[in-house]
Amino acid sequence: MSTVPTGTWVEVERVVLRPDQRAPTIPEDTARTPYVMRVSGWLLAPAALGQPARVRTLIGRELEGTLKTIAPSYTHSFGEVVPELLDIGTAGGKP
Amino acid sequence: MKRDTSYAAVMARKNEIMKASLGIDYERYISSPVAFDYERLMKDTGYSLDDIARTQRETKVGDTPLFELTRLTEAVRAISPRGKGATILLKDEAANASGSFKARRASISAYEAKKRGYAGMIAATSGNYGAAVASQAAMRGLKCIILQEVYDSQGIGQPEIVEKGRKCEAFGAEVHKLTVGPELFYCLLLTLEETMFFNASLYTPFGIKGIETLGAEIATQVRARYRRDPDVVVVTHAGGGNLTGTARGLLEAGADKTRIVACSVDLSGLHMASDRDFNRKSFTTGHTGFGIPFATLPDRADVPRNAARSLRYMDDYRLVTQGEVFYVTELLAKLEGIERGPAGNTSLTAAVALARTLDRDQVVVVQETEYTGAGKHHNAQLSFARKMGIEVRRGDPRENVPGKTIVIPERLEQVTGSEQSMDKLRISYLKNAAKAHPVKKWTDTDKAFVAADVKKDVAWLESALREL
Ligand SMILES: Cc1ncc(COP(=O)(O)O)c(C=O)c1O
Repeated sequence: MSTVPTGTWVEVERVVLRPDQRAPTIPEDTARTPYVMRVSGWLLAPAALGQPARVRTLIGRELEGTLKTIAPSYTHSFGEVVPELLDIGTAGGKP
Repeated sequence: MKRDTSYAAVMARKNEIMKASLGIDYERYISSPVAFDYERLMKDTGYSLDDIARTQRETKVGDTPLFELTRLTEAVRAISPRGKGATILLKDEAANASGSFKARRASISAYEAKKRGYAGMIAATSGNYGAAVASQAAMRGLKCIILQEVYDSQGIGQPEIVEKGRKCEAFGAEVHKLTVGPELFYCLLLTLEETMFFNASLYTPFGIKGIETLGAEIATQVRARYRRDPDVVVVTHAGGGNLTGTARGLLEAGADKTRIVACSVDLSGLHMASDRDFNRKSFTTGHTGFGIPFATLPDRADVPRNAARSLRYMDDYRLVTQGEVFYVTELLAKLEGIERGPAGNTSLTAAVALARTLDRDQVVVVQETEYTGAGKHHNAQLSFARKMGIEVRRGDPRENVPGKTIVIPERLEQVTGSEQSMDKLRISYLKNAAKAHPVKKWTDTDKAFVAADVKKDVAWLESALREL
């Protein structure tokens, strides 16, 4: 597998608590899942996807995790049109 | 020395971590499991209203415009009985740095953190507050870490939450994006211990003091323009800080006849810590999933005693459906020519319904707006809901079922909301207090505190306790 070079902006993931380590009072569907954290930063040494990696964050702290994403980006949008909204408050025109 | 980082061990160190990260010794104020000296805790921050306004001006907070929503008021009058239809005003809090009233809340914490020599600050939050802390930290030259619940176990985050996380990073914060669960608090404690940063909790006296200027500005602006005090101020309610701070500011400005109406989106039936339900709600704050538990047990917060105590100031509590808020959001754009985000539009929805029952010469104030944009937009939320299998249609909003169906009204007349019984909330508060400390051990001080905390007198309390 190809390695990602030092200095690349990446996201790492870490299991904070395994299912058996989680808070005692959570609903059953949540209790079955691990408690997971993701954080972005610059890669401090070459690493491959899915392998342990160390990053430096925007505030200069160093954190460890599993390399999850290269160049994590925001892709959220306004979504697909919701036709139910269009004629609200208009002067009419909807056939 | 390597400390034990297991869930139980960290939770057991809660008090010492809190003390170091807040610089407040709550023991000085606590007199029993149910009572503490609230006013002294607030006063000991040392800030007057003027001090706060001055500090906030340094970091682009406050002095926001108050708009009259003339076309929306006309539309309400057209469907109201003769002589009814109050003027609807909107306090444009989106104009604060970071785009919401939460900048007021973060501003004093950032100022304190800087003054006391902390290198940075941390907050655990659903979003807007994170952006506010990150923005204020940026202006004060402090480092910032935000812990945010973002994803379900499939790694899916709803658009509004993702947008709020983006905004925190845009201001230079390190953002920990977590899956669903109350262990956010555990992570907060761990990170505080590790970094020795300031705990910019939502619920400290600094946070609540920062909101008081919002109430005071409303009183001043309404008086200057309408020659009267606001008759009703409608406040979107979740953790209760928004309501508490605003009401305290109104009182400080002498507006003691103004009715304080809380409003939340009704999400009953959905569990806030459920991995499945997480992405089946279209509102990330200002909903009953926070609003009811925090009103009835304020000290469930991440500090030893919560400075946000909404029942102490609340006169009424209105619930609205998701569909009603989406309808009114669309009307705001089409009639008033402004787009604003979901939380402020929640109280706008209740205000529209309330205005119909108030006299024409009365004034109802929607106490905040928040920014809107990609992700944080009703079209994005509805489109996402549809993808998650939620039915979206037009019709009678009473057919809304949280997590299953969103019914957007067909006409303004259908926007009515519903009433949440105040006495039910008060009784539920008393039951929680009784669990924390058996009633037979309550002293006169306890009783006076509890009565004030539910906005009642001791005679009411005695009779309610007999029936508990
Ligand atoms: C824009 C906005 N309005 C209102 C609220 C509700 O405030 P509170 O939690 O203090 O009740 C929030 C809180 O998340 C918010 O971000």
